[in-house]
Amino acid sequence: MAGQAASWSFEEQDARRIDHLLQRLLGESSARCALLVDRSGQLITLAGERPAFDSTAFASLAAADFSANDQLASMIGEQEFSSLFHQGEKESMYLADIGRRVILVVLFDDRATLGMVRIKVRHAVRELTTLFEQLFQRLAEGTQARRLETSWIDAAEDEIDRLFGTR
Amino acid sequence: MINYASREINCKIVYYGPGLGGKTTNLEYVYEKVAPETRGKLISLATEAERTLFFDFLPVDLGTIRGFKTRFHLYTVPGQVYYNASRKLILKGVDGVVFVADSQLERYDANIEAMHNLYDNLAEQGMDPRGMPFVIQYNKRDLPNAARVEALQRALNPTAVPAFEAVATRGTGVFDTLKAVSKQVIKQLS
Repeated sequence: MAGQAASWSFEEQDARRIDHLLQRLLGESSARCALLVDRSGQLITLAGERPAFDSTAFASLAAADFSANDQLASMIGEQEFSSLFHQGEKESMYLADIGRRVILVVLFDDRATLGMVRIKVRHAVRELTTLFEQLFQRLAEGTQARRLETSWIDAAEDEIDRLFGTR
Repeated sequence: MINYASREINCKIVYYGPGLGGKTTNLEYVYEKVAPETRGKLISLATEAERTLFFDFLPVDLGTIRGFKTRFHLYTVPGQVYYNASRKLILKGVDGVVFVADSQLERYDANIEAMHNLYDNLAEQGMDPRGMPFVIQYNKRDLPNAARVEALQRALNPTAVPAFEAVATRGTGVFDTLKAVSKQVIKQLS
């Protein structure tokens, strides 16, 4: 996938397309919630039932989980584990790789079956992979190189001084 | 990452350095001292002996700035030499680095080794500390066996990036360090 720069930006048009895909996935699989997490541990978006847990912390741990499993895969001679499944008593989660840049996390309970979630996730991953490839291609070509204004930087610096001021 | 759809900006800052140098202590102090409504949970994936196994993670909210909810994600890496795979993973998508050096004379080689390791691991991602937000913290300045700052500067800071003296257990220098690196990260966005 193109565009491996550390920083990237994400536009409203991308968000709309992604939300549409995730809503369809949830509808077809009867899963409760789907989250997209950047490999660096940042939450990109979520769809479905708003989770009660801290989604920032969840995103960071989901990325770590996937990364650690990548290393385990290579140790046993596999290129990667393209998906992971964690089974709980009531709640389970299914994680799938999207272009080695993003992770799709689907949370589901006993209203959904693993088989159906797996099939529908596979479809969604194909479409999301194409979508993110296009997104990163645009970023790599610089057609989406929106930067923040100087006035934003000044305001952020003031806020840093206020929050992290000598104490 | 700038998310124009949800109007959020998230920046990743990683505390790097030799084992037992005070990286986790930096995050713990920030956690204790920032207003509770501005920070999330401090997550530590540590061993039973409280050594960092994978990472510590602390999100700090800067608030909504001109319509963008802005947040710093602070991470530490495990310092022990054999956890290099974990360190590489945590450096993914990093926006700024704080190198926490242990000032004690006997940790001189460990500091240099960790700095080389940082350069190597960033290079694997096509990055270089010389071209990105990067500050150094000389921690444990209160200890009697602390090396002179000039000697540490010569060994660890040939490019003269901003450097701060600290006693992280007391909080000295912790926020100066964080302020410096976060301002550098913010400037990169313009």
